[in-house]
Parts: sequence; C-alpha cells; structure tokens
Amino acid sequence: MKHPFLESDLYYNFKRTPIAVLSFFVFLIIVIMAIFADIIAPHTPFEPLTLNLLNGFTPPMQANEFTGTIFLMGTDDQGRDLFSTILFGLRISLFVGLMAVFLAMVIGVTLGLIAGFVGGVVDTVIMRFADIQITFPSILVAMLIYGVAKGLLPPDLRYEMSITVLIISIGLSEWVPFARTVRGSTLVEKEKEYVISARMLGLSYPQIMVRHILPNILSPVLVIATITFALAIITEATLSFLGVGVPTTKPSLGTLIRIGQDFLFSGEWWILLFPALTLLLLALSINLFGDWLRDMLNPKLK
Amino acid sequence: MVLLLVALVSFIIFRYVGNPVDNILGQEATMAQRAALEDALGLNQPIYLQYFDFLVSAVQFEFGNSYRGALPVAELILSRLPATLELAVTSAVFGVFFGITLGIYTAINRGSFISNFILSSSLIGVSLPTFLIGVLLIWIFSVELNWLPSFGRGEVIDLGWWTTGFLTMSGLKSLILPSITLGLYQMTLVMRLTRAEMLEVLKQDYIRLAYSLGLTNKQIYFFHALPNILIPVITIAGLQLGSVIAFAIITETVFQWPGVGLLFINAVYYVDIPVMSAYLLLVGFAFVIINLIVDLTYILIDPRLRDNQLKSER
Amino acid sequence: MFKKLVIPAVMISFTVASASAETVRWARAGDAITMDPHAQNEGPTHALNHQIYDSLLQRDMSGAIIPSLATDWSALPDNPKIWRFNLRKGVKFHNGASFDSEDVVFSLNRARADGSEMKELLSSIKEVRAVDSHVIDIETNGANPLLINNLTNMFMMDKDWSEDNDVTTPHDVAKGETNFATMNTNGTGAFMLVSRSVDEKTVLKANPNYWGKDNYPNQVTEIIYTPIQSSATRVAALLSGEVDIIQDVPVQDLGRVSSTDGLQLATAAQNRVIFLGLNTVEGPTSELKVRQAMNIAINRDSIKKVVMRGQSDPTGVIMPPFVNGWTKELNKYPAYDLDKAKALMAEAGYSSGFDIVLNCPNDRYINDEAICQAAVGMMAQIGINVTLDAKPKAQHFPIAKGGDADFYMLGWGVPTFDSHYIFNYLVHTQTEDRGSWNPTGYSNADVDAMIVSLESETDLSARNDTIAKIWANVQDAQMYLPIHNQVLNWGMKSNIDFDVQPEDQPHFQFLKFN
Repeated sequence: MKHPFLESDLYYNFKRTPIAVLSFFVFLIIVIMAIFADIIAPHTPFEPLTLNLLNGFTPPMQANEFTGTIFLMGTDDQGRDLFSTILFGLRISLFVGLMAVFLAMVIGVTLGLIAGFVGGVVDTVIMRFADIQITFPSILVAMLIYGVAKGLLPPDLRYEMSITVLIISIGLSEWVPFARTVRGSTLVEKEKEYVISARMLGLSYPQIMVRHILPNILSPVLVIATITFALAIITEATLSFLGVGVPTTKPSLGTLIRIGQDFLFSGEWWILLFPALTLLLLALSINLFGDWLRDMLNPKLK
Repeated sequence: MVLLLVALVSFIIFRYVGNPVDNILGQEATMAQRAALEDALGLNQPIYLQYFDFLVSAVQFEFGNSYRGALPVAELILSRLPATLELAVTSAVFGVFFGITLGIYTAINRGSFISNFILSSSLIGVSLPTFLIGVLLIWIFSVELNWLPSFGRGEVIDLGWWTTGFLTMSGLKSLILPSITLGLYQMTLVMRLTRAEMLEVLKQDYIRLAYSLGLTNKQIYFFHALPNILIPVITIAGLQLGSVIAFAIITETVFQWPGVGLLFINAVYYVDIPVMSAYLLLVGFAFVIINLIVDLTYILIDPRLRDNQLKSER
Repeated sequence: MFKKLVIPAVMISFTVASASAETVRWARAGDAITMDPHAQNEGPTHALNHQIYDSLLQRDMSGAIIPSLATDWSALPDNPKIWRFNLRKGVKFHNGASFDSEDVVFSLNRARADGSEMKELLSSIKEVRAVDSHVIDIETNGANPLLINNLTNMFMMDKDWSEDNDVTTPHDVAKGETNFATMNTNGTGAFMLVSRSVDEKTVLKANPNYWGKDNYPNQVTEIIYTPIQSSATRVAALLSGEVDIIQDVPVQDLGRVSSTDGLQLATAAQNRVIFLGLNTVEGPTSELKVRQAMNIAINRDSIKKVVMRGQSDPTGVIMPPFVNGWTKELNKYPAYDLDKAKALMAEAGYSSGFDIVLNCPNDRYINDEAICQAAVGMMAQIGINVTLDAKPKAQHFPIAKGGDADFYMLGWGVPTFDSHYIFNYLVHTQTEDRGSWNPTGYSNADVDAMIVSLESETDLSARNDTIAKIWANVQDAQMYLPIHNQVLNWGMKSNIDFDVQPEDQPHFQFLKFN
C-alpha cells in the first residue's frame, strides 16, 4: 500500500521539478546538520574553555602558526573553528526563524479568522491595528521591542532572553500578511454552503472557524509561512548588524556574517564567505521551494 | 488616531533605551551635575507628564533640540529629508522600472533559460541581508574596480529649501550603489508580481481576441496587457515605500548617506530621544499619507469600489 | 621647572608652499557635536575646533606643551598663585578684529560660565586679569603648578564678535539650548569655516592672515571633513582614493592600507589605557586573591598578537606612558600563569569557579568587544564562567559607572597628562564630586586624603612621591585589571607627511606634502 501522499498531484509534480527537489534536499541537509551539530561538529565553539585565542585567523585547511591545528573552514577572530561555529549558529538562526514564523502565524491566522468571520467593528479594529503595525516595518518594530525588553529586564536575565526577544520581535512584526490573507480567504469561505449549513446546525463560532474554515485556507498560509521563514532568518541577520542580535559568544549565522564583513578587505575572506554562503543556500532553498509551492497551490497560475 | 498611537509608542518606548545624561555630560561629570541635568531635561518627571509635553509640542511641530547635535530637531530632520527622499525615489524607480521590464520579459519567455536564470538570481538578492549586499557592492565597485564612490552624496546643489544630488555628476554617481542596495528587494518583488499578473492577463479572453485580430506581439504586450497589470503593481510598490524608508536606515548606515535613517540610528546610539520620537512620527505620518493616496487611487480607478463605498455608507 | 619656553619644539619655516591649492579630504568615525568651543569637552569636537580656534598653549606631536597664542608664561616668582602669560602680538581673528588680553579674559570667563563643559578644568582659577593689552594674569585659589596642562584645549574667542552675536556664554546642551556659535565661528586658527552640514560635510579654507604662517608648514589650503561611521566604508573610502587621510583605521585593515600603492600608515602610542574593573565589595571578586588570580589569567600577549594584531602596548598599570607618575616598573605586566592563578582561586575558596557578567561596550574602544570575548575564554580557564553583555556605549557607560556592574570594561585617556586626573576619577571613593568613575567600591581614606593633597602641593618632588605612594596602593588593591594602552593609526596618502598626535587630534597646519 502506498501512502496517499505519494500518489498526490503535489508529489508527482515535485518529483518532476528538479529545482524543487534540489532546494528541498539542500534545505533538509542544512537542517539535519544543524540538528546533529553536537555529533558532526569537530569542536565546541560555544564552550569558552575549549577555545584558544592563538588559533585566531587560521586560514582553511592550513596549520595554525602557533598551535599547529588545522581547521576545515579556518577560524574566526576568536580562534573558533568556523565549520563548527556555523553549525551551532545555524541552530540558533533556524530556531529563531521557525519560532518567529510560528508566532506570526498563530497571531496572524487567529486575528485574520476572527476579522473575516466576525466582521463588523471587530474586523475594522483588527485591520486598523494591522495598518498601524505595518506603519512600522519589521526591523523598526524589532528594534523597538528589543529596546523595551532590554530596558525592562534585569541585566543578568537579558542574556538568556535575547533569543526570546528576537523571536517575539520578528514574530510580532510579520503577522500582518498572514492576517490579511486569512481574512480575505475567510470572507470567501464564509459565504460557501458548508459554512452556512454548519452555522444552521448551531455550531459555535470557534468550532466553525477552526474545524471547518481553517483547513480550507491553509495552503496560502503555508506559502506565506515559507517566505516569512526565509525573511525571518534574514531579519535576524540584519538586526545583528544594527547591534540588537544575539551575543557574540554564542553567535547566530547573522552575527557571524556581521563579524565576517569586518574582515572583507583584510584578506581573511573565509570568515565572511562560509557563513554568508550558508545563509545564502538556506534562504535560497527555502525561497525556491516556497516558489514552487506557491505555483502548485495557486491554481490560477497553472 | 493612528498618529496618536504611533506617538505614544515612539515616546514611551524610547524612555527605556538608555540614559542620555551620560552621553551629554561625557566622562568627567560629577554626580551632582548628573542630577542637575536630569532635572533640566525633565527626565525625572512622571512619564505621562513627559509624554503630554511631547504631544503638545509635536502638534506645534516643535520637537525641541536634539540632545546630541544641539540643533532644533525639526530643522535637523528637514535638512536630512531630501537625501532620504532622493534615495528612496531613485531606488523605487530603479526597482519598479527593472522589476516591470524583467517581469514582462520572464512572463513572455516563460521557461526559457534566461528567464529561469533571471528568476533564480533575483532570489539571491533577497536571500542575503541588505547590509552585506551594500558592503559587497562597495568592495567590488569602489575598492577593487574604483568606479563608484563608497560613501556620501557627492556634490550637492543647495536650492534653499532642498539639497539635490541629481544635478551633479558626482551626485548621480554616488546614488548608484545605495539605490541598487535599497532597490534590490523592491525589484525582485515587483518583478515576480509583474510576471504573475502578466501570465494571468495573457490568458484573458480579450488578449486571445487581440491575437485573433492579427495584432503583433509587441502591440499586445505593451498596449493591451501592460496597462492592466500596472495598477496592482504600482499599488504594491507604493505600499512598500514604508519599508523602503525603514531599510534606508541600513543602506544609509553602510554608505554614510546623510539622510534621516542615519540620523535615527545615531539617535538610537546616543539615546537622543527627541530625534527618535520625531523620526518615528515622521515615518508614521508618511505611511498614513501613502495609505491615503493608495486608497484614493483605488477608488478613482475601480468604479466598483466607489459604488461599494457609497452602499456601505447608506 | 616651569621656565620660559623660548623656542617652540616645532618651528619650521616654510615660505613657498602655501601658494599652491592643496585640499585634504579628512574622515573619521564621528562628527563634532558643536562648533561652540566651550560647550563640549569631547575628542572629535576639540579636533575640529583646533583647526579654527587657538588656545594659549598647545601640545605638539609628542605631547609636549608649546606656545600658541601665548608666547611665554611663568608663575610669578614671589607668588606661585599667579601665572603670567605674554600674548602673541599682531594676531587677527578671522573677521579682522585684533586679538588682545580682553579676548583672553572674556574667553576664559566664558569657559568658566554655566553651561560650559570646560569649567571643571578651570575650577582652580580665582580670577583672570588683563595686565596690559598683551599680558594677562591668572590667579588660582591655591598654588596650582599644573594649571597650564588644563589650557591646551581652552579656545580663545573674540569678545566683540561674541557680544554682537549674543554668544557670551556657551549654549547649555543640557537645557536644550543652541546659539549662533553652534554653527558659526570666528577664531584665530589656521583655517576658516566655509560650510558645515552636521554628520555630512564640513569645509574649511586656509586663513590668509594666519599668525602662524611662518611657524608651521601651512601647506593645506582646504580641508573637507566627512565623518564616516561604518569602519568598512571608511577604509573603502581611503582605499579607493576618495579621502586623503582617515583616523580610526580598524586594526585588521592596517596591512591592507600599508600594502596599497599610494597609501601609508602613521602610528603612535595613544594616551588611552584599556582595563577591566571589578567589584571589590560584594561577590567573589571582593576577595583580593580572586582579583589577583584574574589578573594573571589574562594573557595580554595573545590579546596583542591576535585581537590587536600587534597594535597595542600591554601594561600592568592603568596609566598611559605620557602621564606624570608613569614608571617602567609600574608598566611591567605580570606573566601569564594559569597554575598560579588556579592555586590562588583555590586559596580563596573558589576552586570550582563562579558565574559573573562582564559588561562591555561595542562601539567605543579599538576592538572592545573582541577583547572582552577573549577575556571570557581566558577566565574560563580558571573556572570563572563569564557571561558577556556587550552594548553600545550609550547603554554601557551608565552601567559601568552606576555601580551595577561586578565586572566591566573601561578606557581612560588623560588630557592633563598627570596621575591626579586618574586618581580623582577612578581611585577616590565615590562621592558627590569625586570618584565618579569608581564604581568598584574601593575606598581608602588615606588614599583619598593623598589625592586631595596633590591639588595644592607645590613641591613637585614631594608631589611625585605622593603619586608613587597612591599607585602602590592601587596596584596592591588590584581593583582594576589593566589590559593595554591603545595605539593610534592614521591611514593617509603616501605624499602626505604628518605625525600622529597622541590625543588623536590632527593639527593640519603641521601637515606637509612631499
């Protein structure tokens, strides 16, 4: 017996689109490497005890002049093995991206459903709120939230909270596209017969929204989620450039790139190249996959 | 209403960013001086009083003096606005022009090698953070090739109430790299939208009719299909203008572009509260205006919306 | 000791050069805050104002005091409380007005007025008097042998111009004030302000009636000053030839700049020491042995080698070598010794280490955050689990001086070139008007008394003995872990002959082309 998914149009098309297959597998490999970073990574760069400053700026595949150690992708300014640091940094970036998208999705879908289904004043208030939110583009919102959180939290908590703050600030700034799309789709769905009959059966609003409307509007949400995921990872990088990212002792991919760009002119190309390439591959594969997904799920373009 | 909320958010939030006193007084200040300064700035008043003061003066377009630059904030912002607006407009024009051109090209030549290449490589542009693209452009075109300037606006001409870089060679050259950096995201967005709209329009009946009437490809693409896709494309591009202003913060930082974005980021670093608040109000104001214009254009263009509007008001 | 300085250290006669038009495009990380010469006491502000305004005395490239608007000076032999200055004759302000003793009295009083940030430096002054048109007396409250050290950034303004433009007092930034002098200038300096756009571009042109025409090379006819904050962009601008000279070259780009055709580096020790401060009152760092262990667990050599790429001068005392009181013995730093450090930790009862937060700026000193990061790794070697909290200086300084921090980074420059300046801010018990940058909790009544006594001690050798005694106390208490003195690097075109000034202030009348 084959799983029904293997016989679906989606899977059939997927198999026949090399770019979709390729991007999906690139993404998969990156994710797997991040998850198993503990096993794959030859060093433990987040463990300060294991670092030796004298290893700093070792080029890839060359022995360090003081310690003689050889590193696959070289080391950064603190003597961290770049390959290992990228793997652990990926973990942070993926986690931040994933959680931020999840948060944005939950907020956006909920508000969008309510706005579209309930309508009236509630709709106006929510969508007005969305307008205000979009007045402040994502990086501005993130900077604001970050500023408040840093001000309110005690100094020793700040460190632990920095990732959470990133997630919340990116998540909060990206919910509007979800809400707008879901609201639009809900407006269409709610006029359909199955919703009307569910209403006549006396089902409660939340039940109708979650059980009946939600499954029918999931595909555009999925597409937005993919694109937002890539966006969230890049926003994290941008925020670290503006000085509001994760601490440099436990760098994310974005923080690594921010550090690396300082060494662009000085000849230590590997400190920028490898993290940037990883981010590029990651975001590109998500975007390409998201593209394909949108083409598939959007019947208008077939 | 929107502006009031924006003002509240912008004001209250920045009370938490840091303490401006240390930046103003510098290292040598004594405790007594610090207390005196906090008093003078009104920083030890209750926060709602500070906010009220701020609102009252904001309405009068009176934001006080910048803590750092010791110049009136309104004057500072007005003197920086031309730089940002010129950059934003140039990058928007760049984004829309190339976006539409490439979008049409890739729609017409769907599936061709060049189209696929354009589509995938445009994704590279949005898969890297803006600051990195800026630094890479500086590295290639300023440091290695030495073709284009790496910072600033070049020679600007002062028109009294406006300074422009459009009228000098060095001003125009200085615009190129920042505009590309800022416009790349826009361009990709517009291109993909144009392509999608174009593909859809080309399937419409009236286009088929046009083909059957024997019109040339060119005539069909540019006189029949293009006008129909322009409206949604320009709407989206217009709405994106808000994020262009935000991303200008990064572009302006990388290229030392003397606009309001750079002013804002410096204000954040120096905890210059009047400048930060005024900037956020400005962004809020700009967005409300853009929204209004877009809404009005919708109604003007689409008669159905106009009717709806009338109906719902009844 | 303080006799007349008849021959200035730098006095080179150049007569031909100023004829040709030579523009210098100058960039550094930050812009001046205001052009009002007394409203701010801050590096970039003084550096720009130095081109336009003159002070009575100035520091040359080695940091020695040389004449400027005063030709010579001395304390009166019968009354050490009074300093007499002979003023240079024939000096004209940019607007054509003559410079005389009235202007000096006016300017010094202006610098002592409310709203001035320079007034602390003049706090010992009782009165400034004009003796005749080109002689003035400064009377101090007690004898102040080091008064002239405080006058090198004290700029002279024209009394009439200031009265005409209603700028007889500095604008008080604290009160949100601004005035005509914020954007307009009238000095006696080598350059005149042509145009200024804050954070963007400031243009200066050579002063045709400059009094120092024959004293300095004066080959620069125009200065275009553009602040560039992003270090990558600043270096790019130099590499691509868009600017001629930059301050603040990032250490990683020094190699690239010096190996590029047509570019060169000028390097000199800076008057600024970098160190880590510790809480001596609470927590594990209140144990002297813990502080001693931390001090020898810092590998200053590898910080110099890797983080600073050789561009630092490791030290064992929080005092740059320019400062009166500096000795080779104090400067000697302890050997990096992990075993001894671990033993000290064990003796203090912390063999299993402890947790601590290190507060660090990330936009203030050269590679500040990277140094802190390296310190995190080094502390881990003796079991101390350090959490790094790096922030922009606007947020770091309140923490570093507020006493919230147990472990923090700070840098200290000494504009008076005397130990007292360090003691008064970093060693004296934190009180209303002293010890404002000493949040370590270190408090020693004897030391405090000695610090205060320095201010009125006229016997210089007795004074120096007291300074040495205070330093011995500081070194024993170990509330600061010295790291290094910074090294200044200016990147410039090869055809420029220019020395680095230890206060990081280029004085462009000294610049020569070759």
